[in-house]
Amino acid sequence: MIVAKQKPIEEIIETLKGYNKILILGCNECVTVCEAGGKKEVAVLASALRMYFMNQGQEVKIEEATLERQCDHEYLEEIRKTVDQYDAVLSLACGVGVQFLAEKYMHTPILPGVDTCFMGVTEERGVWSERCQGCGQCILAWTAGICPVSRCAKRLLNGPCGGSSKGKCEINKEVPCAWQIIIDRLNELGRMEDYERLIPIKDWSTERAGGPRKVVREDVRS
Amino acid sequence: MNEEKTPSKLEKILRAGHLAVTSECGPPRGSEAGHITKKAEMIRNHVDAVNITDNQTSVTRLCSLAACIHLKMMGLEPVLQMVTRDRNRIAIQSDILGAASFDIFNILCLSGDHQSFGDNPKGQNVFDLDSMQLIQTVRHMRDEGKFLGGDSIERPPRMFVGAAANPFADPFEIRVPRLAKKIAAGVEFIQTQCIYNVEKFELWLKLARERGLTEKIFILAGVTPFKSVGMAKYMKNRVPGMDVPDELVKRMSGVAKEKQPEEGLQICVETIQRLKEQKGVRGFHIMAIEWEEKVPEIVERSGLYPRPNVN
Repeated sequence: MIVAKQKPIEEIIETLKGYNKILILGCNECVTVCEAGGKKEVAVLASALRMYFMNQGQEVKIEEATLERQCDHEYLEEIRKTVDQYDAVLSLACGVGVQFLAEKYMHTPILPGVDTCFMGVTEERGVWSERCQGCGQCILAWTAGICPVSRCAKRLLNGPCGGSSKGKCEINKEVPCAWQIIIDRLNELGRMEDYERLIPIKDWSTERAGGPRKVVREDVRS
Repeated sequence: MNEEKTPSKLEKILRAGHLAVTSECGPPRGSEAGHITKKAEMIRNHVDAVNITDNQTSVTRLCSLAACIHLKMMGLEPVLQMVTRDRNRIAIQSDILGAASFDIFNILCLSGDHQSFGDNPKGQNVFDLDSMQLIQTVRHMRDEGKFLGGDSIERPPRMFVGAAANPFADPFEIRVPRLAKKIAAGVEFIQTQCIYNVEKFELWLKLARERGLTEKIFILAGVTPFKSVGMAKYMKNRVPGMDVPDELVKRMSGVAKEKQPEEGLQICVETIQRLKEQKGVRGFHIMAIEWEEKVPEIVERSGLYPRPNVN
Protein backbone atom coordinates (compact mmCIF):
# COMPACT_ATOMS: atom_id res chain seq x y z
CA MET A 1 0.00 0.00 0.00
CA ILE A 2 0.92 3.66 -0.11
CA VAL A 3 1.89 4.70 3.39
CA ALA A 4 1.20 8.24 4.59
CA LYS A 5 1.33 10.06 7.88
CA GLN A 6 -0.81 12.89 9.12
CA LYS A 7 0.57 16.37 8.83
CA PRO A 8 1.00 18.32 12.07
CA ILE A 9 -2.27 20.13 12.79
CA GLU A 10 -0.48 23.50 12.95
CA GLU A 11 0.60 23.06 9.36
CA ILE A 12 -2.93 22.11 8.31
CA ILE A 13 -4.39 25.14 10.09
CA GLU A 14 -1.90 27.39 8.33
CA THR A 15 -3.00 26.13 4.91
CA LEU A 16 -6.70 26.49 5.79
CA LYS A 17 -6.39 30.19 6.66
CA GLY A 18 -9.12 32.31 5.08
CA TYR A 19 -11.46 29.46 4.20
CA ASN A 20 -14.80 29.35 5.97
CA LYS A 21 -16.35 26.19 4.64
CA ILE A 22 -14.09 23.17 4.37
CA LEU A 23 -14.64 19.58 3.34
CA ILE A 24 -12.31 17.00 4.84
CA LEU A 25 -12.19 14.16 2.39
CA GLY A 26 -10.88 10.74 3.44
CA CYS A 27 -10.02 7.72 1.35
CA ASN A 28 -11.03 4.17 2.09
CA GLU A 29 -7.93 2.56 0.65
CA CYS A 30 -4.27 2.64 1.68
CA VAL A 31 -4.51 5.63 4.02
CA THR A 32 -7.28 3.85 5.92
CA VAL A 33 -5.04 0.82 6.43
CA CYS A 34 -2.14 2.95 7.61
CA GLU A 35 -4.52 4.96 9.79
CA ALA A 36 -3.64 8.32 8.32
CA GLY A 37 -6.63 9.34 6.21
CA GLY A 38 -9.61 7.01 6.57
CA LYS A 39 -13.07 7.72 7.93
CA LYS A 40 -11.84 7.58 11.51
CA GLU A 41 -8.99 10.04 10.95
CA VAL A 42 -11.33 12.37 9.05
CA ALA A 43 -13.65 12.45 12.08
CA VAL A 44 -10.83 13.03 14.57
CA LEU A 45 -9.25 15.80 12.50
CA ALA A 46 -12.65 17.45 11.88
CA SER A 47 -13.36 17.54 15.63
CA ALA A 48 -9.93 18.96 16.39
CA LEU A 49 -10.32 21.68 13.75
CA ARG A 50 -13.84 22.58 14.89
CA MET A 51 -12.53 22.93 18.41
CA TYR A 52 -9.62 25.06 17.25
CA PHE A 53 -11.75 27.46 15.20
CA MET A 54 -14.35 27.70 17.97
CA ASN A 55 -11.66 28.61 20.48
CA GLN A 56 -10.40 31.22 18.04
CA GLY A 57 -13.91 32.63 17.77
CA GLN A 58 -13.93 31.93 14.04
CA GLU A 59 -16.96 30.64 12.24
CA VAL A 60 -15.57 27.91 10.10
CA LYS A 61 -17.77 25.10 8.92
CA ILE A 62 -16.09 21.73 8.66
CA GLU A 63 -17.78 18.84 6.91
CA GLU A 64 -16.66 15.24 6.49
CA ALA A 65 -16.81 12.66 3.73
CA THR A 66 -14.80 9.58 2.82
CA LEU A 67 -14.64 8.13 -0.68
CA GLU A 68 -13.97 4.56 -1.67
CA ARG A 69 -10.87 5.80 -3.52
CA GLN A 70 -9.52 9.14 -4.64
CA CYS A 71 -7.47 7.71 -7.48
CA ASP A 72 -10.42 6.76 -9.72
CA HIS A 73 -12.75 9.07 -11.63
CA GLU A 74 -15.72 6.98 -10.65
CA TYR A 75 -15.47 7.75 -6.94
CA LEU A 76 -14.26 11.33 -7.28
CA GLU A 77 -17.39 12.06 -9.30
CA GLU A 78 -19.43 11.46 -6.14
CA ILE A 79 -18.63 14.95 -4.87
CA ARG A 80 -19.17 16.76 -8.17
CA LYS A 81 -22.56 18.09 -7.14
CA THR A 82 -21.49 19.31 -3.73
CA VAL A 83 -17.90 20.42 -4.19
CA ASP A 84 -18.81 24.00 -5.13
CA GLN A 85 -20.30 24.55 -1.69
CA TYR A 86 -16.85 24.50 -0.16
CA ASP A 87 -14.12 27.10 -0.05
CA ALA A 88 -11.55 24.32 0.07
CA VAL A 89 -11.20 20.55 0.23
CA LEU A 90 -8.64 19.06 2.60
CA SER A 91 -7.86 15.62 1.22
CA LEU A 92 -6.48 12.97 3.54
CA ALA A 93 -5.65 10.72 0.60
CA CYS A 94 -2.09 10.23 -0.59
CA GLY A 95 -0.55 12.74 -2.99
CA VAL A 96 -2.12 10.80 -5.85
CA GLY A 97 -5.63 11.46 -4.60
CA VAL A 98 -4.91 15.11 -3.82
CA GLN A 99 -3.70 15.68 -7.37
CA PHE A 100 -6.47 13.79 -9.07
CA LEU A 101 -8.96 15.90 -7.15
CA ALA A 102 -7.10 19.06 -8.11
CA GLU A 103 -7.09 18.07 -11.78
CA LYS A 104 -10.81 17.36 -11.71
CA TYR A 105 -12.14 20.31 -9.73
CA MET A 106 -10.48 23.33 -11.27
CA HIS A 107 -12.22 25.97 -9.17
CA THR A 108 -11.76 24.51 -5.70
CA PRO A 109 -8.54 24.76 -3.71
CA ILE A 110 -7.43 21.21 -2.84
CA LEU A 111 -5.08 20.88 0.13
CA PRO A 112 -3.11 17.90 1.44
CA GLY A 113 -3.78 16.68 4.97
CA VAL A 114 -1.15 13.95 5.01
CA ASP A 115 2.48 13.52 4.00
CA THR A 116 2.76 10.66 1.53
CA CYS A 117 5.75 8.56 2.52
CA PHE A 118 6.32 5.35 0.60
CA MET A 119 5.02 2.03 -0.67
CA GLY A 120 5.25 -0.40 2.19
CA VAL A 121 3.85 -2.92 4.59
CA THR A 122 2.28 -3.03 8.03
CA GLU A 123 4.97 -4.65 10.14
CA GLU A 124 2.66 -4.50 13.11
CA ARG A 125 -0.13 -2.15 14.05
CA GLY A 126 1.39 1.31 14.20
CA VAL A 127 4.59 0.34 12.35
CA TRP A 128 4.83 0.63 8.59
CA SER A 129 8.00 0.29 6.54
CA GLU A 130 9.12 0.73 2.98
CA ARG A 131 9.40 -2.10 0.48
CA CYS A 132 9.22 -0.65 -3.03
CA GLN A 133 10.16 2.52 -4.89
CA GLY A 134 8.52 1.61 -8.17
CA CYS A 135 11.73 1.65 -10.21
CA GLY A 136 9.82 0.18 -13.13
CA GLN A 137 12.16 -2.76 -13.65
CA CYS A 138 11.99 -5.33 -10.88
CA ILE A 139 15.24 -7.06 -9.94
CA LEU A 140 13.88 -9.13 -7.04
CA ALA A 141 14.54 -12.34 -8.98
CA TRP A 142 18.28 -11.67 -8.58
CA THR A 143 18.27 -10.49 -4.99
CA ALA A 144 16.50 -13.30 -3.18
CA GLY A 145 13.22 -11.41 -3.19
CA ILE A 146 14.58 -8.50 -1.12
CA CYS A 147 14.91 -5.08 -2.75
CA PRO A 148 18.20 -3.19 -2.50
CA VAL A 149 16.74 -0.23 -4.39
CA SER A 150 14.21 0.57 -1.70
CA ARG A 151 15.90 -0.93 1.34
CA CYS A 152 19.61 -0.16 0.99
CA ALA A 153 20.34 3.46 1.93
CA LYS A 154 22.80 3.60 -0.97
CA ARG A 155 20.68 1.57 -3.38
CA LEU A 156 23.67 -0.70 -3.94
CA LEU A 157 22.88 -3.36 -6.49
CA ASN A 158 26.06 -5.16 -5.50
CA GLY A 159 26.16 -4.69 -1.75
CA PRO A 160 26.67 -4.68 1.12
CA CYS A 161 28.96 -1.72 1.67
CA GLY A 162 31.62 -1.62 4.35
CA GLY A 163 29.19 0.03 6.75
CA SER A 164 27.07 -3.07 7.38
CA SER A 165 27.46 -3.94 11.03
CA LYS A 166 25.76 -6.73 12.97
CA GLY A 167 22.98 -6.83 10.41
CA LYS A 168 22.32 -3.11 10.61
CA CYS A 169 22.83 -0.22 8.22
CA GLU A 170 25.53 2.41 8.81
CA ILE A 171 22.97 5.21 8.78
CA ASN A 172 21.03 3.96 11.79
CA LYS A 173 21.21 0.97 14.11
CA GLU A 174 17.43 0.61 13.81
CA VAL A 175 17.62 0.07 10.05
CA PRO A 176 18.26 -3.50 8.90
CA CYS A 177 20.98 -3.89 6.27
CA ALA A 178 19.11 -5.00 3.15
CA TRP A 179 22.14 -6.91 1.95
CA GLN A 180 22.38 -8.84 5.20
CA ILE A 181 18.76 -9.92 4.65
CA ILE A 182 19.53 -10.83 1.03
CA ILE A 183 22.53 -12.91 2.10
CA ASP A 184 20.56 -14.63 4.87
CA ARG A 185 17.87 -15.51 2.31
CA LEU A 186 20.43 -16.77 -0.24
CA ASN A 187 21.86 -18.98 2.50
CA GLU A 188 18.42 -20.33 3.39
CA LEU A 189 17.70 -20.98 -0.26
CA GLY A 190 21.07 -22.67 -0.78
CA ARG A 191 21.89 -20.15 -3.50
CA MET A 192 24.94 -18.33 -2.18
CA GLU A 193 26.55 -18.73 -5.59
CA ASP A 194 24.04 -16.11 -6.77
CA TYR A 195 25.80 -13.57 -4.57
CA GLU A 196 28.76 -13.49 -6.93
CA ARG A 197 26.64 -12.66 -9.92
CA LEU A 198 27.43 -9.04 -10.80
CA ILE A 199 24.25 -7.07 -11.20
CA PRO A 200 24.81 -4.81 -14.22
CA ILE A 201 24.43 -1.04 -14.31
CA LYS A 202 20.74 -0.33 -13.98
CA ASP A 203 18.58 1.40 -16.52
CA TRP A 204 17.06 4.12 -14.34
CA SER A 205 15.03 5.59 -17.18
CA THR A 206 12.05 3.56 -15.99
CA GLU A 207 12.37 5.20 -12.59
CA ARG A 208 11.82 8.82 -11.57
CA ALA A 209 14.87 9.76 -13.66
CA GLY A 210 12.96 9.17 -16.88
CA GLY A 211 10.32 11.77 -16.07
CA PRO A 212 6.64 11.19 -15.23
CA ARG A 213 5.67 7.64 -16.06
CA LYS A 214 2.66 6.07 -17.64
CA VAL A 215 1.45 2.54 -18.22
CA VAL A 216 -0.81 2.07 -21.23
CA ARG A 217 -2.59 -1.23 -21.88
CA GLU A 218 -4.23 -1.08 -25.28
CA ASP A 219 -5.90 -4.44 -24.74
CA VAL A 220 -7.94 -3.23 -21.79
CA ARG A 221 -8.53 0.36 -22.86
CA SER A 222 -12.14 1.25 -23.35
CA MET B 1 50.33 -10.21 -13.00
CA ASN B 2 53.36 -8.85 -14.82
CA GLU B 3 51.90 -7.07 -17.74
CA GLU B 4 51.59 -3.33 -17.24
CA LYS B 5 48.36 -1.79 -18.38
CA THR B 6 48.93 1.86 -17.51
CA PRO B 7 51.78 4.34 -16.94
CA SER B 8 50.96 4.29 -13.20
CA LYS B 9 54.02 4.33 -10.96
CA LEU B 10 52.05 2.44 -8.33
CA GLU B 11 51.32 -0.28 -10.84
CA LYS B 12 55.00 -0.43 -11.89
CA ILE B 13 56.16 -0.83 -8.30
CA LEU B 14 53.62 -3.54 -7.57
CA ARG B 15 54.30 -5.46 -10.75
CA ALA B 16 58.02 -5.29 -10.07
CA GLY B 17 57.31 -7.17 -6.86
CA HIS B 18 58.10 -4.38 -4.39
CA LEU B 19 55.95 -3.79 -1.32
CA ALA B 20 54.15 -0.58 -2.22
CA VAL B 21 53.45 2.23 0.19
CA THR B 22 50.56 4.60 -0.28
CA SER B 23 49.13 7.19 2.00
CA GLU B 24 46.32 9.65 1.85
CA CYS B 25 45.52 13.31 2.25
CA GLY B 26 42.14 14.79 2.93
CA PRO B 27 41.52 18.05 1.04
CA PRO B 28 40.77 21.19 3.06
CA ARG B 29 37.40 22.72 3.83
CA GLY B 30 38.26 25.77 1.82
CA SER B 31 40.12 26.77 -1.31
CA GLU B 32 43.61 27.14 0.16
CA ALA B 33 45.59 24.59 -1.84
CA GLY B 34 48.54 25.08 0.50
CA HIS B 35 46.91 22.77 3.03
CA ILE B 36 47.11 19.83 0.72
CA THR B 37 50.45 20.62 -0.88
CA LYS B 38 51.99 21.00 2.58
CA LYS B 39 50.71 17.59 3.67
CA ALA B 40 51.91 16.05 0.42
CA GLU B 41 55.33 17.65 0.81
CA MET B 42 55.77 15.95 4.20
CA ILE B 43 55.33 12.47 2.75
CA ARG B 44 56.55 12.79 -0.82
CA ASN B 45 59.80 10.86 -0.36
CA HIS B 46 58.29 8.11 1.73
CA VAL B 47 55.32 6.95 -0.32
CA ASP B 48 54.76 5.78 -3.88
CA ALA B 49 51.34 7.32 -4.34
CA VAL B 50 48.93 9.51 -2.41
CA ASN B 51 45.18 8.98 -2.25
CA ILE B 52 43.04 12.07 -2.25
CA THR B 53 39.78 11.47 -0.48
CA ASP B 54 36.50 12.46 -2.10
CA ASN B 55 34.37 14.40 0.40
CA GLN B 56 35.06 11.74 3.00
CA THR B 57 32.40 11.12 5.63
CA SER B 58 30.17 13.21 3.35
CA VAL B 59 31.64 16.46 4.62
CA THR B 60 32.01 19.01 1.82
CA ARG B 61 35.62 19.74 0.93
CA LEU B 62 37.79 20.89 -1.94
CA CYS B 63 37.25 18.37 -4.72
CA SER B 64 39.39 15.31 -5.08
CA LEU B 65 40.20 15.93 -8.73
CA ALA B 66 41.51 19.46 -8.14
CA ALA B 67 43.61 18.26 -5.20
CA CYS B 68 45.01 15.45 -7.37
CA ILE B 69 46.03 18.03 -9.96
CA HIS B 70 47.89 20.02 -7.31
CA LEU B 71 49.78 16.87 -6.36
CA LYS B 72 50.48 16.00 -9.96
CA MET B 73 51.94 19.46 -10.52
CA MET B 74 54.26 18.83 -7.56
CA GLY B 75 55.48 15.68 -9.29
CA LEU B 76 53.67 13.30 -6.98
CA GLU B 77 51.60 10.30 -7.97
CA PRO B 78 47.96 10.84 -6.98
CA VAL B 79 45.26 8.22 -6.54
CA LEU B 80 41.93 9.82 -7.38
CA GLN B 81 39.29 8.58 -4.96
CA MET B 82 35.87 8.70 -6.50
CA VAL B 83 32.57 7.97 -4.79
CA THR B 84 29.33 7.23 -6.58
CA ARG B 85 27.27 9.06 -3.98
CA ASP B 86 27.51 12.47 -5.61
CA ARG B 87 27.77 11.82 -9.35
CA ASN B 88 25.67 10.18 -11.99
CA ARG B 89 27.25 8.27 -14.86
CA ILE B 90 27.64 11.42 -16.94
CA ALA B 91 29.59 13.24 -14.22
CA ILE B 92 31.61 10.13 -13.39
CA GLN B 93 32.79 9.59 -16.96
CA SER B 94 33.41 13.29 -17.36
CA ASP B 95 35.52 13.51 -14.20
CA ILE B 96 37.47 10.42 -15.25
CA LEU B 97 38.32 12.12 -18.54
CA GLY B 98 39.20 15.32 -16.69
CA ALA B 99 41.60 13.37 -14.49
CA ALA B 100 43.00 11.52 -17.49
CA SER B 101 43.69 14.83 -19.22
CA PHE B 102 46.09 15.64 -16.36
CA ASP B 103 47.62 12.15 -16.59
CA ILE B 104 46.25 10.97 -13.31
CA PHE B 105 46.92 7.28 -13.56
CA ASN B 106 45.23 5.78 -10.49
CA ILE B 107 41.64 5.69 -9.37
CA LEU B 108 40.00 4.21 -6.29
CA CYS B 109 36.36 3.29 -6.84
CA LEU B 110 34.09 3.69 -3.83
CA SER B 111 30.41 4.05 -3.07
CA GLY B 112 31.08 6.64 -0.33
CA ASP B 113 29.66 7.16 3.13
CA HIS B 114 25.98 7.96 3.26
CA GLN B 115 25.33 11.72 3.20
CA SER B 116 23.57 11.54 6.57
CA PHE B 117 27.03 11.51 8.20
CA GLY B 118 28.12 14.82 6.75
CA ASP B 119 27.34 18.50 6.73
CA ASN B 120 24.45 18.17 4.27
CA PRO B 121 22.27 15.39 5.65
CA LYS B 122 19.24 16.85 3.90
CA GLY B 123 20.80 16.52 0.47
CA GLN B 124 20.01 14.03 -2.27
CA ASN B 125 22.34 11.20 -3.06
CA VAL B 126 22.90 9.77 -6.51
CA PHE B 127 24.19 6.19 -6.47
CA ASP B 128 23.47 5.84 -10.17
CA LEU B 129 26.26 3.23 -10.05
CA ASP B 130 27.70 1.26 -7.16
CA SER B 131 31.42 0.75 -6.52
CA MET B 132 31.54 -2.49 -8.56
CA GLN B 133 29.87 -0.80 -11.49
CA LEU B 134 32.30 2.12 -11.20
CA ILE B 135 35.16 -0.36 -11.48
CA GLN B 136 33.50 -1.79 -14.59
CA THR B 137 33.03 1.69 -15.98
CA VAL B 138 36.69 2.70 -15.66
CA ARG B 139 37.85 -0.60 -17.11
CA HIS B 140 35.39 -0.25 -19.98
CA MET B 141 36.56 3.29 -20.74
CA ARG B 142 40.21 2.27 -20.52
CA ASP B 143 40.20 -1.15 -22.18
CA GLU B 144 37.48 -0.71 -24.76
CA GLY B 145 38.14 2.99 -25.28
CA LYS B 146 34.43 3.58 -25.11
CA PHE B 147 31.88 5.52 -23.12
CA LEU B 148 29.12 3.60 -21.36
CA GLY B 149 26.86 4.90 -24.11
CA GLY B 150 28.96 3.08 -26.69
CA ASP B 151 30.73 5.96 -28.43
CA SER B 152 34.50 5.92 -28.82
CA ILE B 153 36.70 7.99 -26.56
CA GLU B 154 39.49 9.98 -28.10
CA ARG B 155 42.56 9.28 -25.94
CA PRO B 156 40.94 6.92 -23.41
CA PRO B 157 41.92 7.16 -19.73
CA ARG B 158 44.90 5.08 -18.65
CA MET B 159 44.14 4.33 -15.04
CA PHE B 160 45.21 1.62 -12.66
CA VAL B 161 41.94 0.62 -11.04
CA GLY B 162 41.58 0.16 -7.32
CA ALA B 163 38.85 -0.37 -4.78
CA ALA B 164 38.45 -0.73 -1.07
CA ALA B 165 37.79 -3.90 0.88
CA ASN B 166 36.65 -4.11 4.44
CA PRO B 167 37.45 -7.52 5.89
CA PHE B 168 35.77 -6.48 9.14
CA ALA B 169 32.31 -5.49 8.00
CA ASP B 170 29.42 -7.88 8.34
CA PRO B 171 28.53 -10.45 7.24
CA PHE B 172 32.05 -11.92 7.29
CA GLU B 173 31.11 -14.92 5.13
CA ILE B 174 30.70 -12.76 2.03
CA ARG B 175 33.81 -10.63 2.53
CA VAL B 176 35.96 -12.92 0.38
CA PRO B 177 33.20 -13.57 -2.21
CA ARG B 178 32.79 -9.80 -2.34
CA LEU B 179 36.50 -9.44 -3.12
CA ALA B 180 36.07 -12.05 -5.86
CA LYS B 181 33.17 -10.03 -7.21
CA LYS B 182 35.27 -6.87 -7.36
CA ILE B 183 37.98 -8.81 -9.17
CA ALA B 184 35.39 -10.06 -11.65
CA ALA B 185 34.34 -6.43 -12.12
CA GLY B 186 37.95 -5.62 -13.07
CA VAL B 187 39.68 -4.25 -10.01
CA GLU B 188 43.48 -4.40 -10.01
CA PHE B 189 44.47 -3.25 -6.55
CA ILE B 190 42.77 -3.13 -3.17
CA GLN B 191 43.33 -0.87 -0.21
CA THR B 192 41.77 -2.35 2.90
CA GLN B 193 39.98 -0.77 5.80
CA CYS B 194 42.27 0.08 8.76
CA ILE B 195 43.50 -3.14 10.28
CA TYR B 196 43.48 -3.42 14.06
CA ASN B 197 42.11 -6.94 14.40
CA VAL B 198 45.12 -8.55 12.74
CA GLU B 199 43.91 -12.11 13.28
CA LYS B 200 40.65 -11.47 11.54
CA PHE B 201 42.51 -9.81 8.66
CA GLU B 202 44.83 -12.80 8.38
CA LEU B 203 41.86 -15.14 8.27
CA TRP B 204 40.31 -13.07 5.47
CA LEU B 205 43.61 -13.07 3.62
CA LYS B 206 43.98 -16.83 4.04
CA LEU B 207 40.51 -17.42 2.60
CA ALA B 208 41.33 -15.06 -0.27
CA ARG B 209 44.59 -16.95 -0.88
CA GLU B 210 42.78 -20.28 -0.89
CA ARG B 211 40.57 -19.03 -3.68
CA GLY B 212 43.62 -17.82 -5.58
CA LEU B 213 42.46 -14.22 -5.35
CA THR B 214 45.75 -12.86 -4.04
CA GLU B 215 47.38 -14.00 -7.28
CA LYS B 216 45.00 -11.87 -9.29
CA ILE B 217 45.25 -8.51 -7.56
CA PHE B 218 47.50 -6.46 -5.33
CA ILE B 219 46.26 -6.07 -1.77
CA LEU B 220 47.56 -3.11 0.20
CA ALA B 221 46.89 -3.51 3.91
CA GLY B 222 45.39 -0.40 5.46
CA VAL B 223 46.78 0.94 8.73
CA THR B 224 46.00 4.01 10.83
CA PRO B 225 48.00 4.93 13.94
CA PHE B 226 46.09 5.91 17.06
CA LYS B 227 47.00 9.35 18.34
CA SER B 228 45.37 8.73 21.70
CA VAL B 229 43.20 6.29 23.62
CA GLY B 230 40.29 8.59 22.85
CA MET B 231 40.80 8.01 19.14
CA ALA B 232 41.01 4.24 19.68
CA LYS B 233 37.70 4.31 21.52
CA TYR B 234 36.13 6.53 18.88
CA MET B 235 37.26 4.18 16.10
CA LYS B 236 35.96 1.22 18.06
CA ASN B 237 32.57 2.63 18.94
CA ARG B 238 31.66 5.26 16.42
CA VAL B 239 33.12 4.42 13.04
CA PRO B 240 30.95 2.01 11.02
CA GLY B 241 32.71 -1.15 9.90
CA MET B 242 35.75 -0.69 12.17
CA ASP B 243 37.02 -3.56 14.33
CA VAL B 244 39.25 -2.46 17.21
CA PRO B 245 40.00 -5.26 19.69
CA ASP B 246 39.65 -4.46 23.40
CA GLU B 247 43.28 -5.29 24.07
CA LEU B 248 44.44 -2.46 21.81
CA VAL B 249 42.26 0.03 23.65
CA LYS B 250 43.62 -1.39 26.90
CA ARG B 251 47.20 -1.09 25.63
CA MET B 252 46.64 2.56 24.67
CA SER B 253 45.01 3.41 28.00
CA GLY B 254 47.83 1.64 29.84
CA VAL B 255 50.33 4.39 29.02
CA ALA B 256 50.45 8.00 30.17
CA LYS B 257 48.69 10.50 27.96
CA GLU B 258 51.89 12.07 26.63
CA LYS B 259 53.21 8.65 25.65
CA GLN B 260 50.05 7.55 23.84
CA PRO B 261 51.05 8.93 20.42
CA GLU B 262 54.27 6.88 20.57
CA GLU B 263 52.31 3.80 21.64
CA GLY B 264 49.93 4.34 18.72
CA LEU B 265 52.83 4.59 16.28
CA GLN B 266 54.42 1.50 17.79
CA ILE B 267 51.21 -0.54 17.33
CA CYS B 268 51.05 0.64 13.72
CA VAL B 269 54.68 -0.33 13.03
CA GLU B 270 54.20 -3.74 14.68
CA THR B 271 51.11 -4.34 12.53
CA ILE B 272 53.03 -3.54 9.35
CA GLN B 273 55.96 -5.70 10.36
CA ARG B 274 53.71 -8.64 11.08
CA LEU B 275 51.72 -8.25 7.88
CA LYS B 276 54.83 -7.83 5.71
CA GLU B 277 55.42 -11.52 6.20
CA GLN B 278 51.94 -12.48 5.02
CA LYS B 279 51.70 -13.96 1.56
CA GLY B 280 49.22 -11.90 -0.41
CA VAL B 281 50.02 -8.57 1.23
CA ARG B 282 51.64 -6.52 -1.52
CA GLY B 283 51.99 -3.23 0.27
CA PHE B 284 50.59 -0.82 2.81
CA HIS B 285 48.16 2.01 2.75
CA ILE B 286 49.01 4.31 5.65
CA MET B 287 46.13 6.56 6.63
CA ALA B 288 47.52 8.89 9.28
CA ILE B 289 44.46 11.01 9.79
CA GLU B 290 45.52 14.64 10.36
CA TRP B 291 48.89 13.21 11.37
CA GLU B 292 50.58 13.05 7.98
CA GLU B 293 53.89 14.25 9.45
CA LYS B 294 54.29 10.84 11.11
CA VAL B 295 54.05 8.86 7.87
CA PRO B 296 57.81 9.09 7.12
CA GLU B 297 58.63 7.79 10.60
CA ILE B 298 56.17 4.89 10.26
CA VAL B 299 57.61 3.99 6.85
CA GLU B 300 61.19 4.13 8.12
CA ARG B 301 60.54 2.22 11.34
CA SER B 302 58.68 -0.46 9.39
CA GLY B 303 61.69 -1.04 7.15
CA LEU B 304 59.94 0.25 4.05
CA TYR B 305 62.42 3.04 3.32
CA PRO B 306 63.90 4.01 0.91
CA ARG B 307 61.18 3.67 -1.67
CA PRO B 308 62.11 1.93 -4.93
CA ASN B 309 62.84 3.99 -8.00
CA VAL B 310 61.05 2.52 -10.97
CA ASN B 311 61.10 5.28 -13.52
